[in-house]
Amino acid sequence: MRALTDTWTMAKRSLRHTTRSMDTIITVVLMPIALMLLFVYVFGGALGAQTSVDYIDFLTPGVVIMTVISGIAYAAFRLAMDMQKGIISRFRTMPVRPSSVLSGQALSSTVSNALSCALVVVVAFLIGFRPVPDAGAWVLAAGLVLLFILATTWLAMFFGLLARTVEGAGAFSYILFLLIFISPSFVPTDSMAPWLQSFAENQPLTPIVDTIRSLLTDGTPGPRFWVALAWAIGILVVSYALALVAYRRSDPPQAVA
Amino acid sequence: MDENHAIEVKRLAKGYKEVPVLHDVSFSVRPGTVFALLGANGSGKTTTINILTTLIKADGGSATVAGFDVAAEPARVREVISVTGQSAAVDYILTARENLVLMGELRHIADPQQTASSLLDKFDLDEAADRRLLTFSGGMRRRLDIAMSLVGEAPIIFFDEPTTGLDPQGRNDMWQTIRELAGKGTTIFLTTQYLEEADRLADEIAILHGGRVVANGTPEQLKAMVPAGLVELDFIDERELVAAQTALSAGHELSRVDSKLVVAGNGSVSDTADMFIRLNKAGVEPTGFTTKAPTLDDVFFKILGEDKEEAHASSH
Repeated sequence: MRALTDTWTMAKRSLRHTTRSMDTIITVVLMPIALMLLFVYVFGGALGAQTSVDYIDFLTPGVVIMTVISGIAYAAFRLAMDMQKGIISRFRTMPVRPSSVLSGQALSSTVSNALSCALVVVVAFLIGFRPVPDAGAWVLAAGLVLLFILATTWLAMFFGLLARTVEGAGAFSYILFLLIFISPSFVPTDSMAPWLQSFAENQPLTPIVDTIRSLLTDGTPGPRFWVALAWAIGILVVSYALALVAYRRSDPPQAVA
Repeated sequence: MDENHAIEVKRLAKGYKEVPVLHDVSFSVRPGTVFALLGANGSGKTTTINILTTLIKADGGSATVAGFDVAAEPARVREVISVTGQSAAVDYILTARENLVLMGELRHIADPQQTASSLLDKFDLDEAADRRLLTFSGGMRRRLDIAMSLVGEAPIIFFDEPTTGLDPQGRNDMWQTIRELAGKGTTIFLTTQYLEEADRLADEIAILHGGRVVANGTPEQLKAMVPAGLVELDFIDERELVAAQTALSAGHELSRVDSKLVVAGNGSVSDTADMFIRLNKAGVEPTGFTTKAPTLDDVFFKILGEDKEEAHASSH
């Protein structure tokens, strides 16, 4: 009970941070939207010929995942900032569970990233995105996106706790950006170089993007639903454990004084 | 809680990357007293506080706070302590009031809003209460930092160099706060670089040097170890200085610092008068003199023995 109230207290703090740095949030959403417009209107004519569905319908799930990847870096940045400013040290000397400090941040990151994703979907809808009219499939897709946000938020927080500098906290997200490009998010994998294809088909983001796309364009979870779910839950469990260890082991700033 | 010790430290040791910071630190703090850990930069004060406040683990030895072992029962220790570190551990994006309410909510006190308001008033922050900390001066952040440590009225409070970087007014306010807390029966553990501060606030002082407690006692006991008054004498040339040395060596403790002669005394008028009378009788006329209050360095020099140069070098 106390752990839950503490989590909520920390989440309120974190949500205040988010609403007070709107410029960061807007930048986070603008980048995927700009890329989406670029892909649809510049490359879409050429790329669309290779996809079995309308290019915007093909593209939107990947853009949503990209929105998450660009958004979770904020959680890493915030946590690295808290470490550097010493307020994490203060929390660590108080009767507050480590899991409450981190879960509060995770909760607020999940809420703000879910809103970003919703905004991106609205823009996609305005430029022609038309998912299958199946509420059950939508709920399942939204659930998978939420799980993905939560899992990658914990991953981001782990890197934020490891980072020696605030600037270094977001560096891990470049790897995720690379992964999203080497996946069937923007182009089908069979158009890639053969040696890259097997990597692109088996990396964790691919079944997640494929499953969301299948749900939204076909109304079915597709063949790799369980693989996608296993990856998302796996990333969540491992990142959660790693983040808690990193929090417990983190040294206070200026330990040698 | 242990009846006799609010804090007890036995043979504590800690190193960073093979460099030893604490060798063999032992001391104890009685409940309801003010204890000062006195030492220069790099003597291991912050490391000691970090171990006692459960932030880092010691390599050897043991420490208990309110009877709870800091390594084995950190959660129990955190229930009874509050900490103000060297740099202000505040949330810069929140307002002063929000920072205080956050502390109140995390400590599960009855009325976080009411406590926040009264602390804002007490620390003279009510006008800035609803501004974000980004706009605060260093002194205001420091005051808020201390106010945040008082939320929840922990029975044992740690202050790591509470007055470093404060102006004289801020330092006086800080001393006043510590006295008030002590008056209410709070056990206070503070670190400081200043003998004067330890002298004014503490019931007991431990001097940390090179990772060891080199002296431990009440301010009176420690001060009795060093001369209460030092007089520095200047002379026109070396011959005069040697003559003065000869004249004074019978009744006074002397040392040379560069071209000056330093006379240690007990600070009384008669002792100082005796010095000048001896010089006068010997026909030696100093070109100038200055009196100095004993400093932390003097205590170090006294305790660490004869090799002043080495002690001086390692304390910086």
